[in-house]
Amino acid sequence: MTPDALVDHLFRRQAGQMVATLTRHLGARHLALAEDAVQEALVKALQQWPFRGVPDHPEGWLFRTARNAALDRLRHERVAAHKAPALAHHLPREAPPASDATLAGEPPPLDDDRLGLMFLACHPALSRESRVALTLKLVGGFSVREIARAYLAQDAAVAQRLVRARHQLRAAEASFGPPEAADLADRLDAVLEAIYLIFNEGYAATEGDALVREDIAAEAIRQARLVAAHPVTDVPRAWALVALLELHAARFPARMGEDGTIFRLRDQDRSRWDRRLIASGMRALDRAAGGADVSRYHLEAGLAACHAAAPTWDATDWRHMLDLYDDLLALTGSPIVALNRAVVVAQIEGPRAGLAALDAIRDAPGLARYHLFHAAKAELWREAGDPDRASAAYRDALEAARSAPERRFLAERLEQL
Amino acid sequence: MPKYMLLLHDAGAAPDTIGPEEIQAIIKRYIAWRERVERSGYAINGHKLRDGEGRTLRGTVGAPTVTDGPFAEAREVIGGLFIIEAGSYDEVVALSRDCPHLEFGTIEIREVEPTS
Repeated sequence: MTPDALVDHLFRRQAGQMVATLTRHLGARHLALAEDAVQEALVKALQQWPFRGVPDHPEGWLFRTARNAALDRLRHERVAAHKAPALAHHLPREAPPASDATLAGEPPPLDDDRLGLMFLACHPALSRESRVALTLKLVGGFSVREIARAYLAQDAAVAQRLVRARHQLRAAEASFGPPEAADLADRLDAVLEAIYLIFNEGYAATEGDALVREDIAAEAIRQARLVAAHPVTDVPRAWALVALLELHAARFPARMGEDGTIFRLRDQDRSRWDRRLIASGMRALDRAAGGADVSRYHLEAGLAACHAAAPTWDATDWRHMLDLYDDLLALTGSPIVALNRAVVVAQIEGPRAGLAALDAIRDAPGLARYHLFHAAKAELWREAGDPDRASAAYRDALEAARSAPERRFLAERLEQL
Repeated sequence: MPKYMLLLHDAGAAPDTIGPEEIQAIIKRYIAWRERVERSGYAINGHKLRDGEGRTLRGTVGAPTVTDGPFAEAREVIGGLFIIEAGSYDEVVALSRDCPHLEFGTIEIREVEPTS
């Protein structure tokens, strides 16, 4: 058995699938038990495989071990509670299957289970932050430590958030699986939003563990694809989300230099963009166009596609981008969208017009403390030939910037004035 | 070829917070080490010992005192063992230098006295 017998991220993915399958059969109120049983199986593998080697069917071994651990825990709970809640019949196989082959030969209903788990993790009783953390933990198989590292949070804070989220699910008597047809659209929007937020945190952060953040962004793409490809949730906006994430992820390789320098989009070496991801994202965008639905994901994917399709910064189709930004602004009313729109205005009509557009939104909530608002202003004043105002704006940006690479970038721009 | 027994003592249980990715990474390191040993031309076999079990007998022949587990007082437990066929202690020590277990505990090497 070679080390390659363990496919990359096998344990992480299998953890998500096992929690999903066990929770489906045991019911959402036994979510914590399912998680504990899966953890027990993984630790058993850690204790045994170094000596015995990797079993021929690692997934089968892990699932059998987790299921037995879940059964043991259930029996123990029933004895302790002096009642028999007749849970045994919920479990598909009381006895372990005769061989690994039996299990491996089964068609995997696992993707359905993972979708059900996503709906549970994105239950309306939970806050957005809890949905993100719970989805990463349950569906993605990320550990508390990894989530904390990626989001620059304390382990204890993440662990506490997860505990609270599980309590809230119990209190709300949340159930497993896709919701009723009447709730489906709203519940699906919550799932898509959580995936979007998971990706954004992984994508936007310039600090924290880079490897984990890339894994998290890749997991968001996997989940978006899973949702989009599933018959119950195969809707245009799900494909638009896939397109949006892939087109952004395609730029990962060009975003940063080896020394951690940030490259702005206009300065990026476009030959380093991932052509395969761009092609896949463009195909997803085609599928997203199959209806009258125009979601924010459609518009944002359209914007990302403008960049992906442009051979150079100067050759970008700014007019089309402005149309998309107008629609996106009308849909979201977001000050950040207005900020990005102003940058496009400057590309078309010059820096003064961009500055006027920025001035019009200067009182929008939060913008005064947002470093990119000041950075955009600084760049436009520089282009407009007013280094004094540019310098003042860079200083405002430096004061608001959070991460070290961002501060380094701004300090350099200020020095170059 | 003389046989050597490598007893792998664990420094303690894995923490509850260890995650799937981390677990997989550790397993891969053990498997890779074992492969390196095999590629160097040595026969190696591994056995996992059950955790928290075992019996110790002491006292009178025919009527010993039997106690559970040899580890009641010891903080360290033996997680498992490897048998390597090699020419000398030096060879086995050289093979074990980069065994990933050193990160989690100690390795005790004993030569098995040949039967002939």
